[in-house]
Amino acid sequence: MTDKPKVGVYVCHCGINISATVDVETVADYALKLPNVEVARTYSYMCSDPGQVLIKNDIKEHGLNRIIVASCSPRMHEPTFRKAIQEAGLNPYYLEMANIREQCSWVHEDMEEATAKSKKLVASAVAKVRLLEALESKEVDAEPAALIIGAGIAGIQAALDIADAGFKVFLVEKTPSVGGRMAQLDKTFPTLDCSACILTPKMVDCASHPNIELLSYSEVEEIGGYIGNFDVKVRKKARYVDFDKCTGCGDCAAECRVKDRFPSEFDQGMGKRSAIYLPFPQAVPAKYTIDPESCLYLTRGKCGKGPKCQEVCKAEAINFEQEDEIVEFKVGAVIVATGFDPFDASRKPEYGYNDYPNVITGMEMERLVSASGPTGGKVKVFNGEEEIEPKEVAFIKCVGSRDASVGNEYCSRVCCMYVAKQAHLIRDKIPDANIRVYYIDVRAFGKGFEEFYDRVRRENVRYIRGNPSEIFKRGNKLVVKVEDTLTATPLEDEVDLVVLGVGLEPRADMREIMDLLRLSQSPDRFFLEAHPKLRPVDTATEGVFLAGCCQGPKDIPDTVAQAKGAASSAMIPLARGKVMISAQVAEVDEATCRGCGFCVNICPYTAIELVKINRFGHEVEVARVNEALCKGCGSCSAGCLSDSIQPKSFRDRQILPQIAALGVLK
Amino acid sequence: MSTESQTFTEKYDLLGCIQCGRCTGGCPVTVRADLNVRRFVYDAYYEEKLDELARLAEIWDCTACHTCAVRCPKGLKPLEVLLGLRTMIIESGKVEPTVRDALQSVLLEGNPWEKSRAARSDWMEGLDVKIAEPGVPVENLFFVCCTIAYDPRVKSIARNIVGLLNKSGVDYAFLDESETCCGSEVFTLGEEGLFEMLVEDNTELLNEYTAKRLVCLSPHCFTTYKTRYPDLKAEVIHYTQLLVELLEEGKLNWKGDLQKTIVYHDPCYLGKQSNVYDEPRTLLKNIPGVKMVEFERSRERSLCCEGGGGKMWVESESKKERLAETRIKDAKALEADIVAVACPFCVLTLEDAMKSLGYEEEMRVAEIMELLGEFVEA
Repeated sequence: MTDKPKVGVYVCHCGINISATVDVETVADYALKLPNVEVARTYSYMCSDPGQVLIKNDIKEHGLNRIIVASCSPRMHEPTFRKAIQEAGLNPYYLEMANIREQCSWVHEDMEEATAKSKKLVASAVAKVRLLEALESKEVDAEPAALIIGAGIAGIQAALDIADAGFKVFLVEKTPSVGGRMAQLDKTFPTLDCSACILTPKMVDCASHPNIELLSYSEVEEIGGYIGNFDVKVRKKARYVDFDKCTGCGDCAAECRVKDRFPSEFDQGMGKRSAIYLPFPQAVPAKYTIDPESCLYLTRGKCGKGPKCQEVCKAEAINFEQEDEIVEFKVGAVIVATGFDPFDASRKPEYGYNDYPNVITGMEMERLVSASGPTGGKVKVFNGEEEIEPKEVAFIKCVGSRDASVGNEYCSRVCCMYVAKQAHLIRDKIPDANIRVYYIDVRAFGKGFEEFYDRVRRENVRYIRGNPSEIFKRGNKLVVKVEDTLTATPLEDEVDLVVLGVGLEPRADMREIMDLLRLSQSPDRFFLEAHPKLRPVDTATEGVFLAGCCQGPKDIPDTVAQAKGAASSAMIPLARGKVMISAQVAEVDEATCRGCGFCVNICPYTAIELVKINRFGHEVEVARVNEALCKGCGSCSAGCLSDSIQPKSFRDRQILPQIAALGVLK
Repeated sequence: MSTESQTFTEKYDLLGCIQCGRCTGGCPVTVRADLNVRRFVYDAYYEEKLDELARLAEIWDCTACHTCAVRCPKGLKPLEVLLGLRTMIIESGKVEPTVRDALQSVLLEGNPWEKSRAARSDWMEGLDVKIAEPGVPVENLFFVCCTIAYDPRVKSIARNIVGLLNKSGVDYAFLDESETCCGSEVFTLGEEGLFEMLVEDNTELLNEYTAKRLVCLSPHCFTTYKTRYPDLKAEVIHYTQLLVELLEEGKLNWKGDLQKTIVYHDPCYLGKQSNVYDEPRTLLKNIPGVKMVEFERSRERSLCCEGGGGKMWVESESKKERLAETRIKDAKALEADIVAVACPFCVLTLEDAMKSLGYEEEMRVAEIMELLGEFVEA
């Protein structure tokens, strides 16, 4: 700090991104006349290797000790240039960026005005850079373990990858079994692999892997801490079944007094289950669970002369005294893989989903065609009068997707293909059926998708371009009211079965996870990634990653790919064993802090606490910042009544001159 | 609303359309008319085609039921493209005499029925009606509707509710002869300029009465005030919503015994357009001795009666079965004795269809207020 500031200013052309609108040479000439500026240059791409070398050489030759790069947003290249000047021997925090691209050339058209604004931005950066202080980044140890929330295919894949790499994984699943939505599917497009056949081995691996601790029927209650050191609290809900004793024999469910009385979640309510149940035959863990909301004994305190399940269980595993258990552990990284909800078709009442048993959703169709489903794979529907094998079958695409009237403007990405697959399966099971697919567009963009769509059409599946507007009943037929838009013909097609190609929606309970991890939503309400292109599995919370449909609709290959990406990112801190803590954190002046605690309440990262110190023989309370948790956002500083808490690099004495240089402050 | 600089494409957001066909697919009149509203959205993109499109007879087949707008996944209002084309015809002056006279009557007398403004309150004759005074706060300010005020067939809607209101002690007032057409049909006939004038004048008039709520007797006035009068201060409700409040407060005293089967027909302007489905049903099922049945196509899937969209003044050329007739036949199949509605236009179209089908001996079309007049103590 005692050195006289010697500033170098580097104005980037960014190809023509900046130079087409800003006269970069004029800006550099202007910068050279500013106080303390020793060197000012322009270059086509400052971020390129030669660009960085230019800066490094100047630092050595001219003894520069402060650097300004006038180019793009610091979100883009601040880390690049910090690293460059550090390599040249300067403290990396002696850098200031003037954003003359996003905040200037991209948003202005007039060259003269844009150049004048760029000059001001550079002058403002010069005013600040002279006052910056050297900061040191710190490293803390990282816990070599990961938490994964959700055990669908995304969570399972991420867990296996991390566990295979040798790290501990805590895999938390809300429902009694792992498997998620993929376990409910019959065949998978476009290869027609049996979903269960390719998924169950991975489910089993999850449960048996020595590095994976599977916490099924459990929910994350609290997550504190920060990257490398998250403190996690999980509630293991009472199953009322002793996990270690249960052999999964199923005698209990067979004898349950309310046997097969409750809609099976796994079969989309089309099949039934008992109060004590295994969600599906291949469930992992293969342990029974008593649903406290349907069990007679748990709801009324009485079940005949005594609970039958308890009577017949040879392993003596039933335990009505069981209570929820809290498990606590530490991890270095978190992966959110909480999946999606299928669109609720009753939100489009014009399709009569609530009124007609033969209007079903795509998820229900999966169970209907599945050999392990409620009909054993036979496609039978009730048309209001009798159970029939449908001969006239209609599929409707884009139900709840691309539809502003239900608030979902996005494409769900999987419906085009699952509808094609289901049409194929119907053709297979009912060879003489008339199958129609009503579509707006066919989006067969993935590997093998267009080929599969070609195949299905040639199997005599009629694609009709028009999105139905209404379904009602006439006699024992459903009438699909639709326009064939290619011939401009309004139609009233009579069918036996309508399958609604429902889209994917963010989970109704996602708010819980958002609050736990301070995640944000994108406009489509799915979780927001840190950058849509370059950081697609990261979130704004460091050390927290996204995998699968919780980030947006995805098919299985994309979900698995993203899960592997999230696993690999999550493993970086685990493998290094250390994490870097940002140096740009808030700092408290303990001499002036009054201990009022305003900042404690304001801090969105719970990074501040009040501690007692001895001030001239008096015990007083002052604020103290946990540097690992602080993000340097500055909220505390804005709320502080005595200016005692200030973020480093953004102190009042640094940013007020910066603002003044813009001509805003007098 | 319409600025000169705005093109047709911009005004109706034609580029937002993905040609999915939900508009035409849902359009109730396609079964009897050659109207394909999607094609209009598609073709109206070409400015040079507009004159030709405006001359097509089918633009007058639209009943403004708004099903196309409700179903559109991209937030467009396809029917308004047709109304925009109607506007071109209106502005050119080449309009049917019936339409011309109706619009002229709105301009001069404040109603489309060519009746004198001075006679607007005649329906009140012999009744003790509280009349609103500017500046005097009132909880519920009533808006009667031109059709109810002048048409002897549906006058009883207004007359009967006065009795209920007086009995229940609710704070209410009606407008005198100053009540002027809401412009619902003026808008759908495409007379934009006149509609804008009505919006200005009515907003000024209604805001003078410091009313908490504006209670409309017709769903057409209800939805028009609710959606096309941005500066109206009062909350706009339909009378069935008010009556359900009274019912819940125990202020409706039922009498008699109807012993009939009722099927309720959802008016497009009350149901689809404003999502009021339950209140009319709640009132009906409380009538002593009533058995309720439902149309297959009810609530969100209700079938239009073809009473709106200016169809009162434009004769349809189609010889195919009228939708109102389809509706009455459906009611017959349900063995309904009474087709109940909550809209004066629905009364007129459905009753006409019932008569032309020759069912008048065994069936009755009734507005809810007509039935309540008989079965609630006033």
